[in-house]
Amino acid sequence: MVLGMNAITLRSVTKHFGQVRAVDGIDLIIGQGEVVAVLGPNGAGKTTTIDMVLGLSTPTDGDVTVFDLHPREAVDRGLVSAVLQSGGLLKDMTVRESVEYTAALFPSARPVDEALAAAGITAIADRRIKDCSGGEQQRTRFAMALVPDPELIILDEPTTGMDVAARRAFWQAIHADAEQGRTVVFATHYLEEAETWADRVVVVRAGKVVADGTPAELGAMTAGRVVRATLPDADPEQLRTLPGVVEAEVRGTTVTLVSTDSDALARHLLTQTAARDLEVAGRSLEDTFVALTGGDAGTADDPTTTETTEGLPR
Amino acid sequence: MTSPLTDVASRPAPRRTLLNPTVLRIELRRLVRNRRILIFTFVFPAVMLVFIGSQITGQDDVIGPQAVANVGAYVMASMAVYGAVMATTSAGASVSIERAAGWSRQLRLTPARPLSHVLVKMLVAVVLGVCATVVTFVVGAVTGTAHVTAMAPWWQMGVVIVLGSLVFAAFGLFMGYLLPSENAMQFLGPLLAILAIFGGLFSGPLPTDSLYGQIAQYTPIYGLSQLAHWPLTLTTTGAHDPFRMAWVLNLVVWGLVFVAGAVWRFRRDTDRV
Repeated sequence: MVLGMNAITLRSVTKHFGQVRAVDGIDLIIGQGEVVAVLGPNGAGKTTTIDMVLGLSTPTDGDVTVFDLHPREAVDRGLVSAVLQSGGLLKDMTVRESVEYTAALFPSARPVDEALAAAGITAIADRRIKDCSGGEQQRTRFAMALVPDPELIILDEPTTGMDVAARRAFWQAIHADAEQGRTVVFATHYLEEAETWADRVVVVRAGKVVADGTPAELGAMTAGRVVRATLPDADPEQLRTLPGVVEAEVRGTTVTLVSTDSDALARHLLTQTAARDLEVAGRSLEDTFVALTGGDAGTADDPTTTETTEGLPR
Repeated sequence: MTSPLTDVASRPAPRRTLLNPTVLRIELRRLVRNRRILIFTFVFPAVMLVFIGSQITGQDDVIGPQAVANVGAYVMASMAVYGAVMATTSAGASVSIERAAGWSRQLRLTPARPLSHVLVKMLVAVVLGVCATVVTFVVGAVTGTAHVTAMAPWWQMGVVIVLGSLVFAAFGLFMGYLLPSENAMQFLGPLLAILAIFGGLFSGPLPTDSLYGQIAQYTPIYGLSQLAHWPLTLTTTGAHDPFRMAWVLNLVVWGLVFVAGAVWRFRRDTDRV
């Protein structure tokens, strides 16, 4: 699928708003066919970066190209489209009209009915936008983004404000679409979404890329493994002296240990102590994320993390 | 999906049609759905015409030395101006809703150019202005409120009103780009009503010996109102002003101010940040 052409190339890109360095030197290459999550706390520069890739704003310094073209040219040719975080719909239009309007502006648009079907909104095509739920509006945006049949689709926090069922339905539609070889880049602060849906995760913090790899690779970046076992009457102080242990937690009869030498620790627990039901696991993406970004991660069902950036233009 | 490399190369450069029939159709359909616009551009002028027509004493008095029309026809022209001005301003000001809703930003993710969107708005404004004028004329003629002895004044008034009201499409666009709110028309409606009073649309021209009358001559609707009525009065002396170039000047100067304002705000709006 990757034929040597990059979907997105960012070279030393910066974007300043007055004194604020929203993007502070990002180098990033995204190949064709990749499904990439851009992960970062609010105000990390995700939306600012996306705006530059879409030609909605220009970098203060550095180069942005999309399929080796200027972003504006790539938009004009229908190579890239986007589902923005909010807005972009008119309340008095129907779902179908919104898609039709968009289709009329592209020289070789996909048939409107096809885009509606791919986004799973054929049944609500004649509904007014104002009568649609947040999830339905988001799928309308998705259908509009599918209209030019883009090689690259960018989703900026696409599931913010959706309930669990709507979020799953939305991602299933995206996933079915990505299987046809479309490059997908999505910004999110839901770790679970990045872990489940992305081949590659780019972690952004304070306008810089601080980590880049598969979800498993990023999980492995944080030293140690988690060893969990049932061990009655354990003493945390004593547990910390066991092989390689850097963290220890006791909750009832369950002990959770992080160890740099999990094999030795497991052997010790099973042979020298009364521990049973032993589990060994790699550390999760969330652990890495917390370590990298200072614990600003939201969880999938925590709506309190959806507020906008503080003081940063979006 | 075909091979990406050939796909990228074979992507056609976008066509740059200034006027898109699908877009125009959807925009017109949106207007028809907008009850407030429909009421103020069609229903209100027609109802006012019938109401004022039935109240006014001497409705059937002919006006002007040529005796072309009656007072009812004069009121009809006033209401047609009011309806057309409301229509064109509303059509122009709808960009404020679109900006507030992020629709303008969404359009920037398509090959469409902001300028062609402005042209669509202007065209929609003309269509709506024509409808408002025609509806008022039909109501005036059918109810017998307006009597005009010749055919020429009808199309003369119509042309003046529709072309003149384009100035207010520019006004609407200016305000629409200036006020980033969903409620621009809630502010513009009352403003237009005041301007309509100064323009003499609800009373006939204000007496020029009063301060109000003096000020009124410099307000934006005045020139259009006087020009629109002139085919009916054709006066050179007397109660109704004889034709004056100042009317044309009023319309042109305000038109330039509104176009300049709209261009200024529009440029700022579409500047890449």
